[in-house]
Amino acid sequence: MNIVVCVKHVPDAQSDRGFNEDNTTDREGVDGLLSELDEYAVEQALQIVEAGEGEVTVLTIGPAAAAEAVKKSLQMGADKGVHICDDAIAGSDALATSLVLAEAIKKIGTPDIVLTGMASTDGTMGVVPAMLAERLGLPQVTYASELSVDGGVATMRRDGDTASETIQASLPALISVTDQINEPRYPSFKGIMAAKKKPVEEWTLADLGVDAGQVGLANAATAVVATTKRPPREQGTIVTDEGDGGTKLAEFLTTNKFV
Amino acid sequence: MAEVLVLIDHANGEVKKPAAEMLTIARRLGEPSAVFIGPGAETAKDLLARYGADKIYAVSDPAALEHLVAPQAEVLAQLVAEKQPAAVLIPSNAAGKEIGARLAVKTESGLLTDVVDVQAGPVTTQSVFAGSYSVEAKVSKGTPIICVKPNSAAPEQANGAGSFEELSVSFSDSAKASKITASEPKKASGRPELTEAAIVVSGGRGTGGDFSPVEAFADSLGAAVGASRAAVDAGWYPHSSQVGQTGKQVSPQLYVAAGISGAIQHRAGMQTSKTIVAINKDEEAPIFELVDFGVVGDLFTVLPQATETVKGK
Ligand SMILES: Cc1cc2nc3c(=O)[nH]c(=O)nc-3n(C[C@H](O)[C@H](O)[C@H](O)COP(=O)(O)OP(=O)(O)OC[C@H]3O[C@@H](n4cnc5c(N)ncnc54)[C@H](O)[C@@H]3O)c2cc1C
Ligand SMILES: Cc1cc2nc3c(=O)[nH]c(=O)nc-3n(C[C@H](O)[C@H](O)[C@H](O)COP(=O)(O)OP(=O)(O)OC[C@H]3O[C@@H](n4cnc5c(N)ncnc54)[C@H](O)[C@@H]3O)c2cc1C
Repeated sequence: MNIVVCVKHVPDAQSDRGFNEDNTTDREGVDGLLSELDEYAVEQALQIVEAGEGEVTVLTIGPAAAAEAVKKSLQMGADKGVHICDDAIAGSDALATSLVLAEAIKKIGTPDIVLTGMASTDGTMGVVPAMLAERLGLPQVTYASELSVDGGVATMRRDGDTASETIQASLPALISVTDQINEPRYPSFKGIMAAKKKPVEEWTLADLGVDAGQVGLANAATAVVATTKRPPREQGTIVTDEGDGGTKLAEFLTTNKFV
Repeated sequence: MAEVLVLIDHANGEVKKPAAEMLTIARRLGEPSAVFIGPGAETAKDLLARYGADKIYAVSDPAALEHLVAPQAEVLAQLVAEKQPAAVLIPSNAAGKEIGARLAVKTESGLLTDVVDVQAGPVTTQSVFAGSYSVEAKVSKGTPIICVKPNSAAPEQANGAGSFEELSVSFSDSAKASKITASEPKKASGRPELTEAAIVVSGGRGTGGDFSPVEAFADSLGAAVGASRAAVDAGWYPHSSQVGQTGKQVSPQLYVAAGISGAIQHRAGMQTSKTIVAINKDEEAPIFELVDFGVVGDLFTVLPQATETVKGK
């Protein structure tokens, strides 16, 4: 069973995230890390391979610092990494990102499973998995909260708003997982040491045969026109409950016409 | 004027509130055409026309809904090719965003998701980085595909012609490659839906697993009930009620957080609410930085007292 896991390096949500002058995301002025939601995808890949056999390759697109996301995944236990790094990619939208990922997956050799997180923690669109399924012509099995892979068939449970659904597809398939599916492991000391010897390939657009005119800020199919920092919310009234906190709360709601 | 396709959000034929909002928005961009996929289009017809739908394209083939999102993207791709619309508006929920994703690849068009406002252009507004920035964007290639969040416009009635056309679409084999093999309906709470509600009352770890004061207060206000991830992970409340980055993003008129500390991932789901109220024992809790009104106190005494007072009004 060969698995490719797509992992994204993102600005830390705890830091002061913002934009550059060209309205692209500031990826340099803030600390970055492996998108936490992709840890669930890495963990799931490791569990599948550990239950049988196979190999886990992690794939990322991003600037030099994105190598950290690959490293963390290798420390968790993935076997090898591929890092697509090319200045021409900077400022790409989801359409271009999925194009480059799809070409990289083809070059790796379409695996039995392509695994992704449910959404990144910066763009938070939750669209790259469906775009990859469309581009690669793979069955789409997204938002898995439980997953089993048996006899070439993936079966998953999706926890929807009105129903809990069971979804099946034959492999090869594209699968995205939620943060309900498992508890990602921390890299062990042994894992951290072993990761140093694991192979990581660095590819550019030329290696993938992708024309630079199809990616990057200038060629994106969407354009950010303006970004505005919201003024922080002003703190309102805080009262300490002295036996009348509930009454005061009700009064606030009445004054503001919620009652 | 060009058509604007609006994918209608419905549950088993019952049209959901965002559909009327999106038809209202579509009128700013062109002539609204409702796209209704699934059973019940005939019944929904009048309502869609009342909110301005000039045309209604219906697909009743049950296969459209049995294979996750791929067949629905094929329906829209066919319509985009035939009608050359000015834009396609799709509900910005998990499935809608995936339909938009596949449609964007098929039509080589730009995709904007989690949009909270659309003006002529179309120029969209998104709220990003846990609500700390507001972003205006547009699509520069292909047909603008815009996923619109609930509560993005006040629905306005308009008399649309509502001419009805049943489409026949044959789905590709690859669109049918994943199949929903079983579906276990969840028990309805009888409360408003979380993302559409005008008021949301949420409980966190501070409830210690007892949501009854949260639910009673919600019911006194006619509100939906939400939960923090800590409460969901503990098994106290269903995941479908989780508010935050990996749950629902809500933007109601009033959000009440009880026994919730206000972690960044929770804020990502509620920070754009109009009015925010918190009840927390700890006066240092970060949630208080956001509030219009806060009570430092025990939710088990504050909420029941507030519930009684509200009920007495
Ligand atoms: C605040 C903000 C708003 C944005 N809005 C838009 C918009 O409206 N339209 C638009 O087209 N673009 C938008 N972008 C750009 C978009 O985020 C990037 O193009 C991104 O690469 C794809 O979207 P996502 O991060 O939301 O990924 P998602 O679709 O949320 O990612 C899901 C999964 O795809 C995989 N994945 C995503 N990116 C990578 C990567 N670089 N390397 C490896 N795996 C990856 C991961 O497994 C991830 O868990 C926005 C970016 C930001 C920061
Ligand atoms: C990748 C990722 C995604 C995440 N996504 C989400 C998400 O979607 N939604 C989400 O909510 N979280 C999310 N989290 C988790 C988040 O970081 C916090 O852990 C979580 O929000 C904490 O929940 P809480 O506020 O209920 O619990 P706590 O942080 O433990 O806070 C409980 C609060 O209750 C107060 N309290 C205790 N007893 C009482 C009482 N009797 N009366 C009044 N107050 C009381 C305490 O003072 C405290 O402030 C995510 C985390 C990660 C890493």
